[in-house]
Amino acid sequence: MKFIQKIGLVIFILALAGFSLLPFYGSYQLEKELVISETKDIHQEAMVDILQPMYGKVYTSNIKFIADFNRYFDGYNDELKSAEEWDKVIWDDYTFSLTKASATGPVSESPSLFLAVTILLGAFGALLYILPLYRNQPNGIKNDGIYHSSMKSRGLLGMITGSWLLLFYIVLYWFPAYLTNLVLMVDPLSMALSGNPASQWFLYGLIYTLAILVMGIRMFRKYRGNNYQTIRTASVMFFQLAFAFMLPEILVLFNMPWHDFKNIWPLDYSFFYDYRLEGMLGSGALGMFMLVWGIILIVVGVPLFTYFYGKRWYCSWVCGCGGLAETLGDPYRQLSDKSLKSWKIERYLIHGVLVFAVVMTAVTLANYFMEFELLGYATNELHTVYGFLIGSAFAGVIGTGFYPLMGNRVWCRFGCPLAAYLGLVQRFKSRFRITTNGGQCISCGNCSTYCEMGIDVRWYAQRGQNIVRSSCVGCGVCSAVCPRGVLKLENAGEEGRINDMPIIIGNKSISIKS
Amino acid sequence: MTGHSTKSKSKHFVIIGNGIAGVTCARHLRKADQTCQITIISGESKHFFSRTALMYIYMGHMKYEHTKPYEDWFWEKNRIALKQAWVSQVDTDKKTLIFSDDSTFDYDVLIIASGSKPNKFGWKGENLQGVQGLYSIQDLELMEKNSQAVKRAVVVGGGLIGIEMAEMFSSRKIPVTFLVREKNFWDTILPEDEAKLINRHIKEHHIDLRLETELDEILDDGTGRVKAIKTKSGDLIDCQFVGLTVGVRPNVDFLKESKIQINRGVVIDACFKTNMEDVYAIGDCAEFQEAPAADRKNIEQVWYTGRMHGETLAYNLSNSKKVPYQPGIWFNSAKFFDIEYQTYGFVPPIWGEEIESFYWEDSKGKIAIRILYQKSNQAIIGVNAFGWRLRHEYFDSAIEKGYHLEKVLGELGQASFNPEFYKSLHKEVLKQYNQENKRSIQIKKQSFLQKLIGSRA
Ligand SMILES: Cc1cc2nc3c(=O)[nH]c(=O)nc-3n(C[C@H](O)[C@H](O)[C@H](O)COP(=O)(O)OP(=O)(O)OC[C@H]3O[C@@H](n4cnc5c(N)ncnc54)[C@H](O)[C@@H]3O)c2cc1C
Ligand code: SF4
Ligand code: SF4
Repeated sequence: MKFIQKIGLVIFILALAGFSLLPFYGSYQLEKELVISETKDIHQEAMVDILQPMYGKVYTSNIKFIADFNRYFDGYNDELKSAEEWDKVIWDDYTFSLTKASATGPVSESPSLFLAVTILLGAFGALLYILPLYRNQPNGIKNDGIYHSSMKSRGLLGMITGSWLLLFYIVLYWFPAYLTNLVLMVDPLSMALSGNPASQWFLYGLIYTLAILVMGIRMFRKYRGNNYQTIRTASVMFFQLAFAFMLPEILVLFNMPWHDFKNIWPLDYSFFYDYRLEGMLGSGALGMFMLVWGIILIVVGVPLFTYFYGKRWYCSWVCGCGGLAETLGDPYRQLSDKSLKSWKIERYLIHGVLVFAVVMTAVTLANYFMEFELLGYATNELHTVYGFLIGSAFAGVIGTGFYPLMGNRVWCRFGCPLAAYLGLVQRFKSRFRITTNGGQCISCGNCSTYCEMGIDVRWYAQRGQNIVRSSCVGCGVCSAVCPRGVLKLENAGEEGRINDMPIIIGNKSISIKS
Repeated sequence: MTGHSTKSKSKHFVIIGNGIAGVTCARHLRKADQTCQITIISGESKHFFSRTALMYIYMGHMKYEHTKPYEDWFWEKNRIALKQAWVSQVDTDKKTLIFSDDSTFDYDVLIIASGSKPNKFGWKGENLQGVQGLYSIQDLELMEKNSQAVKRAVVVGGGLIGIEMAEMFSSRKIPVTFLVREKNFWDTILPEDEAKLINRHIKEHHIDLRLETELDEILDDGTGRVKAIKTKSGDLIDCQFVGLTVGVRPNVDFLKESKIQINRGVVIDACFKTNMEDVYAIGDCAEFQEAPAADRKNIEQVWYTGRMHGETLAYNLSNSKKVPYQPGIWFNSAKFFDIEYQTYGFVPPIWGEEIESFYWEDSKGKIAIRILYQKSNQAIIGVNAFGWRLRHEYFDSAIEKGYHLEKVLGELGQASFNPEFYKSLHKEVLKQYNQENKRSIQIKKQSFLQKLIGSRA
């Protein structure tokens, strides 16, 4: 078994290396016809002119190609800007689409082959490694050696992994043109699903979904025998595959707007942006359903489900960010900071983002209903700022890139405005709590260590107090790792849920209130 | 004196030992009185850590810092002074402590909470390199050092620390031979069925479990290191490490020269007072003159009792009305590799005529529950559970109030503390009970709605 696992690991690393190097492979050649077909009518004339010097030239790497492209394109814009001819400046970014269109070479000729030997082979290698895990071992907690592992305890391997993720996200969000080859190889799959060529987001969605599926299988192995973990993991795998990946593409196939039915504002911060609203309003009955469904989730779904089940119904059962955190991020859950100080920072940050998102949306909507008389198109600026700071930098780059450094829920804990909203309901009006089992706690610290949200669970458990923290996503791992059976996630009556002055069972001399 | 409170301004409470007993006492002293002075002294570590978590450090589940129940700022904020030093003598006449470096430290009230240390029985070779017990951080560090290049470890003594040590080595894939003197693992405490269940589980983890086997001597490799052990039946087992885990005894040697009365531990009355004025003892190191309850020993050596001693003494020191230590229904828990164990009330390994037992074990032999009850009125008196978490609150009152066995069996669903979506075991238990006793007790059915919203009642 060990042997097969080693082979799996080698395959995975080779595939990952292939994936990382592939963007630098192949050649690029721009032609006038390509420029005409890829640019908007109003820009065609200018663009054909600007890029004139590039036609017919064969570039042997995308770096040179993009450098030249930027040189000519920026040169044109800079001149206009210094002459203050703002209306002539081209604000659209054609880097990605033109680079993609200009790509020639093996990847564009046989994209499926390259998909197979990078992403698919990587998933296969990972499964070879994962499936035999814990074979012939009794069910139980499999945390042996975590703090001896360089990957899982901020060692060199962890740092390398984190750096790779950071780099990947930065390129994905801000320099996608460098990923052309990777996007090209998923084109056929995208065509088959939605009838459209792939964007960098399709590539991202595919990798994201595969990561959740493959690492979800790892969760099944690791927590074998723990039904809560198994069912919850199956749930996030299902919602990612069906609702976040397949369904939106199928909608596009039927000329509907791309829509993820399980994403909820304010996590889905663009839900009330004018283009989204118009997209939904312009798509007949289904579009109308998207809008109504989205609003029902916000005003009824969140409070109702959170009242009955706590925020876990979303954060660790449905959500895509949560889904990745609970699967790909599981090996890093112990790295979250448990100090009181980090809790303080958390409360400022997450509620700050919530306020930001609400204000931005309110202004956007007011503006929209006043037919842009309020602020004109200034809300777009606001959207850009939010999208850059929160949507991309926080949720993506930091949220995932920092897994190996600060644990797997950095975004969910410090940044997600929906988590903040769910958390407020959970804290003040919910039947969910983690019950502490009388006096059984031995203060060992396993629960706090493995709480991905950085909750100092032991603080409560050792004083016999129930845990009703707004940030708890109900992953159930504290309960799983507790060696004394002290913690139980449950939904029950509100009476006695918050016990600020608990009495630890077992001492009849006095009634000590901790 | 106003007679209301014995609190006096800036009285200096000095506590020897920063374990659960000493720390709990300090915390509650501070809660009751904002003005007194409190110092905790310990040689082992500056900060309080959880001794019960030592094994997890070795196994790589946690690091030392994770085992500290309070962040380092906590002590200063609560004005509890910490001093890391070894006390070598106590002078009760001068009310002063003498440290190993001969410096001194005065107290007004002294609380001894110095814990235990591992037993040694004078075996030949017990002081060789690679032979050790496990109690302190220093022991753990030594164990880390000693376990380099170990091809086989032998653990001697079938108790709770012994099985933890076996698990520690097994987590690092170091083969273990586990010598247990008794017929079955821990059968001085566990009834035979339960002890056998654990025997099987130990073997499932590829531990070489040797029952009814006693250590005779430990053999030297010529350089002062262990090379093998010999059992009383003459077997030789090659090994590079020997863990001696044959129980602990109160850590009170440093008090031998003092006027404080020592028997096995520091002798105390029900209010934790020693024979000397203003000197108290709590936790593992304390020995009650009279056992605190019929089912209790004079020395209580578990985490929970240490905590309760600390709470109660703090109360007594900050109130004029003194209460004797009066433990409630006994409870305890442990984990044997993957199998969790909880016990509530009175479950001895063998019981008298007046008591009856109901025992259920699942078909795979890894989950079990035993309930003991009075033959006369079927009131339950104790329960053992393996691989099945039970609700402390429920069993505390069920045993206290003497619930009828059949009531408890009917309510096992609510009394269970297993995580959600776990297989409901109570139906199988009830089926067996009904068959054995030709009864037909029913479980209260939950409606679909109740199930949906997870109602407990
Ligand atoms: C490996 C292990 C696992 C355990 N697991 C469990 C469990 O799961 N459940 C359970 O209920 N119990 C368990 N126990 C027992 C439990 O840890 C003890 O009962 C409890 O810690 C005793 O607490 P205490 O405060 O009395 O003393 P201790 O925790 O022993 O603290 C006493 C402190 O005083 C210090 N000290 C002693 N003498 C001096 C001196 N002269 N000068 C300065 N300092 C001194 C010692 O160094 C020590 O730090 C376990 C014990 C061990 C060793
Ligand atoms: S408290 Fe427990 S259930 Fe909640 S997030 Fe932390 S580990 Fe998960
Ligand atoms: S894991 Fe369990 S026993 Fe350990 S500190 Fe947490 S609640 Fe207490």
